[in-house]
Amino acid sequence: MKDFGYARSIDVASTVTALSRGGAAVIAGGTELLNWFRLGISDDDSVIDIGDIGELRGISQYGDELFIGALATLNDVESHPAVNSGAAALASACRQAASAQLRNRATLGGNVLQRSRCPYFRAEQPLPWGCNKRSAGSGCSSLAGQHERQAIFGWTEDCVAVQPSDPAVALAALDARVDVTGPAGGRSIPMTDFHLTQQEAVGSGNPQRENRLEPGELIIGYRLALRPGQGQAYVKVRERASYEYAIVSAAATVRSEGGVIREARVALGSVAQKPWRLGDIEPELVGLALDRDALMPVIDRAMSAARPLPNNGFKTVLAGRAAARALLLAGGAA
Amino acid sequence: MLAEDSVDTVPEFRRRMAIRVHVNGSAVEAEVTPRSTLLDWLRESVGLTGAKKGCNEGACGTCTVLVDGRRMNGCLTLAVQGDGREVLTVEGLADPDGDLHPVQRAFVEQDAFQCGYCTPGQIMSAVACISEGHAGDEGTVREWMSGNICRCSSYPQITAAVLAAADEIQR
Repeated sequence: MKDFGYARSIDVASTVTALSRGGAAVIAGGTELLNWFRLGISDDDSVIDIGDIGELRGISQYGDELFIGALATLNDVESHPAVNSGAAALASACRQAASAQLRNRATLGGNVLQRSRCPYFRAEQPLPWGCNKRSAGSGCSSLAGQHERQAIFGWTEDCVAVQPSDPAVALAALDARVDVTGPAGGRSIPMTDFHLTQQEAVGSGNPQRENRLEPGELIIGYRLALRPGQGQAYVKVRERASYEYAIVSAAATVRSEGGVIREARVALGSVAQKPWRLGDIEPELVGLALDRDALMPVIDRAMSAARPLPNNGFKTVLAGRAAARALLLAGGAA
Repeated sequence: MLAEDSVDTVPEFRRRMAIRVHVNGSAVEAEVTPRSTLLDWLRESVGLTGAKKGCNEGACGTCTVLVDGRRMNGCLTLAVQGDGREVLTVEGLADPDGDLHPVQRAFVEQDAFQCGYCTPGQIMSAVACISEGHAGDEGTVREWMSGNICRCSSYPQITAAVLAAADEIQR
């Protein structure tokens, strides 16, 4: 691993000041950053350890709203009573992420900042192949190579990778907001807008960009409305029963009466470089019976916008069915 | 916003850090480079080679140790992040008089290994799995032990060992 300088931060303000000077990365659980250093994905000269900043750690309930500090570990989140009762999709997503020992280190703040699992991206430098995310202009080896697990929405010929986070998908379905602070002050970003697809990144003027954090900004935590009266589910489709990244996933919340959907939210994971909320069809789900045959035509309309690569068309089918299953599970009909 | 008020607390980056870690019940003081992982430090400086270096990227679990009672991957923890904490490795599990921990005994009795390379991580993970309350049935054990890979595929025996040890510990 590369050498780096280390400092332990004691508060958010001084962390932001240090970050705004450049050249430093934030470390908390370290489950991503240390591997970035090993592979050469990050070459920051120093790290600021925010692990001791108490104000970032807690999970607090304020009435119907929940605040989850950035330093809450995935195991903290999955085991928290309020998360399990009012944000069960998030608890389930955390429980199905990584392994028990990784979840004791990995934080919810860092989790949404994890980068693609694309095997061409995650190789040790010097890379024996092109990867525009590692070296701009070197090409995307996945496009013409292995890409079965890559994006079906929002990709460009420069990069076809997906954002692999499980919790981000649940947070997107739950209308969570990401609270950040930085040199220009604090702001709040909807989870659904936090990440950018490759197409959105091009539109932003920086094709490399994967999220809306500005230099020097730090995730403080997440705010979401608890919905204890709504059924929730997170469906993760993967090649192993446990400890495996999703091929596709789906998070859903459903309020129903007599087997009929009154309100629904659904987001897909591992289909794009961001959680893919199916906001356009959510109004159309209202009034439908909690029945696969009733849901699939509406879901298929959303999936018809997919633009699969030559060898990942199966993900369009799989993701649509995962969405249906998540809705049915959330509605108590599966 | 707060930037100007906080100059006093802006941290200073260091290339060497003094740490004090309680390892298997004894305080160990050392000076480490920040990039030293807890795993490398335990193995190469403290001399505890029980925790193994398998993948060195958090994928295999054979480096699993307990930090303040929680199982963690030693390869993804910096030694400086162990400062002030209690670290328990497989060497610290047995009684000082040599009596094996119930989990160690169960692994022997259930023949829960072939090559043994994953065993220290499996055992430490199993100790935590049981104390977390995730060892009530086979399915739960398989789910909560999934972070420890066994290339010899001794999973049925490992699962049996965890269940047997849980039964003894909770009896």
